[in-house]
Amino acid sequence: MADDTQAFSIRVNDYNLWYGDFQALHHVTVDIKPGIVTSLIGPSGCGKTTLLRSLNRINERYGNVKTTGEIKILGKNILDEDVSPATLRKNVGMVFQRPNPLPISIYENVVFGLRSHATRKELKKSTLDSMVEEALTEVGLWHAVKDNLKRRATGLTLEQQQKLCIARLLPLKPQIILMDEPCSALDAAGIERIEELIAELKARFTIVIVTHNMAQAKRASDECIYMYLGEIVEHSPTAELFVNPKEEKTAMYIQGRYG
Amino acid sequence: MIRKSQAKLGAFLDKAEKPIQWLITLCGWSSIIFVAAIFIFILKESWPAPLTLNWGEFFFSHRWIPVPAEGNEPTYGAMGIMYGTLAITVVSMFIAVPLGLGSAVYISEFATPKLKETLKVLIEFLAAIPSIIWGFIGLVIMGPIIQKVFGVAVGVNLLNASIVVGLMAVPLIVSISEDALRAVPDSYREASLALGASKWEMIYRVLFPAAKNGLLAACMLGVGRAVGETMAVWMASGGTDNIPENFFDPMLLLERVKALTATIAGEMPEAVNGGEHYQVLFIVGIVLLTISVVINVVSDLIIKGFKADKA
Ligand SMILES: Nc1ncnc2c1ncn2[C@@H]1O[C@H](COP(=O)(O)OP(=O)(O)OP(=O)(O)O)[C@@H](O)[C@H]1O
Ligand SMILES: [Mg+2]
Repeated sequence: MADDTQAFSIRVNDYNLWYGDFQALHHVTVDIKPGIVTSLIGPSGCGKTTLLRSLNRINERYGNVKTTGEIKILGKNILDEDVSPATLRKNVGMVFQRPNPLPISIYENVVFGLRSHATRKELKKSTLDSMVEEALTEVGLWHAVKDNLKRRATGLTLEQQQKLCIARLLPLKPQIILMDEPCSALDAAGIERIEELIAELKARFTIVIVTHNMAQAKRASDECIYMYLGEIVEHSPTAELFVNPKEEKTAMYIQGRYG
Repeated sequence: MIRKSQAKLGAFLDKAEKPIQWLITLCGWSSIIFVAAIFIFILKESWPAPLTLNWGEFFFSHRWIPVPAEGNEPTYGAMGIMYGTLAITVVSMFIAVPLGLGSAVYISEFATPKLKETLKVLIEFLAAIPSIIWGFIGLVIMGPIIQKVFGVAVGVNLLNASIVVGLMAVPLIVSISEDALRAVPDSYREASLALGASKWEMIYRVLFPAAKNGLLAACMLGVGRAVGETMAVWMASGGTDNIPENFFDPMLLLERVKALTATIAGEMPEAVNGGEHYQVLFIVGIVLLTISVVINVVSDLIIKGFKADKA
């Protein structure tokens, strides 16, 4: 058992999800490894976002969601009654499709999560300052913003905003980072830099990234999950999946027959 | 035939274009014209009292004795009734602001869509209750309750009027705050929740700051409502214009007060048309009008600031 949790940081087992009467995920079973980037691909509406948003339970915001099955993260079924979504989300960070910095200062964006989770004693100014510097340095934003930390984060460029959205996860020391098409609002240069950043971060985290862009999946991920109509069709190392797909449906998708 | 009349209409419209434009411009300016006209009208009715009135007495004395005993001069010290309006406004906001903001948060963040609709209809219904009904509520429901609970002889007082006015201001505060909260992009909610904030933290650390201006404007308009309310205040406040010695004595809540509005409404029928008392009541009207214009302009500026922020 202990081995299992080390080999896989996310284990989804026979997971079903309904929005009202509509079943968006069917018997999803998949194991995701730490230390690599796993991409989720598939045609529009196949349930990539739904699966991703199940992993930090932010799906529950919609009142009409019903689920069965099991999602084990770091050995614990996160769907159990006694799991607090707040603690779960501290460990499982999320980056959204549209950069969504909060309308407060850059500095406060970075420490936002800490203010919810750390005790007052841990929130000493000097500690926070160094955390902010560390996080912003890590995403390559420190030099651009170090003199404007009190500026509103919503005034940054989209690329900077998205980097900030990654940076603000880091002080919480999450084990897992979920990204839902994190580059779709960015230009080519921005995409490249975010992909580089993902590559730098991946050794220390479990990264799951939803993407519409097969080239991006090829470039940025080590393993790839192909979904179709709410089901997992194939989960293989990326190199294999694109060269030598095991399933007919995957082959059709990567040849661009649908989606 | 048709063509002919169309051509005629066209020709008419060509000629009428200028006047129509003026008319529309006039409509646009009408609100300003109305406000100015009302000011002028009230000023005219009060004339010439503004020249002869003892303004020092008006603002700094509470001896409001418009109809004195034989042989005495009337005095118009309005400080007591200004205090009454101020006290009712402040105390009623202590009730209306928490209640209004609380309901707005509940409606916008917690209620299911169906409940949301129901609550909004109820709030609109509340807003539609005539103020005389609120006055009745103050007089025949709140009054006896206050008498029992506090063991006082008279149940109409500052507390009663403030509760009534507070409840009257709630619907306005709820609907405007709810708009302001709804205008906060959902992505802010998701961002904060995804960082592990609880729903309450999301509300006070993200939604309140983001909707700050709208919420403030809602409260300002609530204040405006309280200042201008007449009938219910008249019925529920008791109508005595004493100035307290200690403004922070909680027992003041059980004192009777008299507001600017209620003074005008109560005394106007007895004042001799065109007499000094009559004119001074119109000066009180000018004071009221000035307060509400200032409140409205300020809340408008706040709302503007909130739109500029978004852009
Ligand atoms: N809140 C919701 N309520 C009802 N149905 C929803 C909701 N969110 C998504 N769905 C439906 O669930 C299915 C899966 O949606 P999802 O957003 O997960 O797809 P996706 O793979 O992320 O698509 P895309 O590539 O377009 O982002 C779709 O059919 C969608 O219409
Ligand atoms: Mg999606």
